[in-house]
Amino acid sequence: MNTAVRLGVILSALALGAALASAILDLPMPGRELPGAVVANLADSGVAHPVTAVLLNFRGYDTLLEVAVLLLALLGIWAASPGQGGAVASAVYPAGPVLQTLARLAVPLMILTAGYLLWAGAHRPGGAFQAGAVLAAAAVLLHLAGLLPAWASPGFLLRLGLVGGLLAFLAVAAAVLGQGALLRYPADHAGALILLIEAGLTISLGLILAGLFLVLAHRGGRP
Amino acid sequence: MTPGLIYALAGVALFVLGLAGVVVLNQALRRILAFNLMGSGAFLTLVGLAQRDGGVDPVPQAMVLTGIVVAVAATALALALARRLAQGGHGDG
Repeated sequence: MNTAVRLGVILSALALGAALASAILDLPMPGRELPGAVVANLADSGVAHPVTAVLLNFRGYDTLLEVAVLLLALLGIWAASPGQGGAVASAVYPAGPVLQTLARLAVPLMILTAGYLLWAGAHRPGGAFQAGAVLAAAAVLLHLAGLLPAWASPGFLLRLGLVGGLLAFLAVAAAVLGQGALLRYPADHAGALILLIEAGLTISLGLILAGLFLVLAHRGGRP
Repeated sequence: MTPGLIYALAGVALFVLGLAGVVVLNQALRRILAFNLMGSGAFLTLVGLAQRDGGVDPVPQAMVLTGIVVAVAATALALALARRLAQGGHGDG
């Protein structure tokens, strides 16, 4: 790309930035009072933390579809990654004993942290996504320490774990369809249902997010 | 100028930086990173705008949390495609 085009792109980007900034500065306050509505209905949501209430109760279908999107992305990576069937043993990095020992010590604590985050999501910042991210980080750490091989093709249990969260979510959604709207939980069981969904989501999200790395890591060195 | 507004304006700067990067850069990896920068800018703008009057709005925060996770998955898919492209795009590696 020649210098003139490059300069033109940068100048138009600057102009767009100025336009967006002035639009933001001119933006009126929203007419609808969403935070107030969330706080007013928090008591019926089954959880005490507003973000968790929005994620899993008020806008539960967003989260449902999000998990489906994650699964789809993982399937896409699997389809696009070469060498299916595990004909070539996945590369395990040579790791020093310090890293291996550290990983062995850290991973149980990370699993404990994930469990805490899952439980804490009901009443303070935390929840299935954060817990799943910690689980995935633990799996990546194990892989980098040479203790966990990359994924070539998943076995039955792994497949079950990957889709389990979505299936549990769908099962709950189907079970409460009688309430008249998608994912409207009965008020007295909402807390238990949300915890059930979040527990399933934590495991599945952890496996999916770990899979995004471990599938790419499979034969990630030299083709 | 509240802190929320500053976050929103910083988000605009990140978004524009990423947009220019997507157009100008040539390598796939750099374009993916620039695209991620656009996403981060959009998230920062959303969260910043939601709290520019000082209060915290949980709805955009939940939406951004959803968006971040989807962005991670989309990035991983883009990286897989970019690697496939770098390997020639046909045959087994």
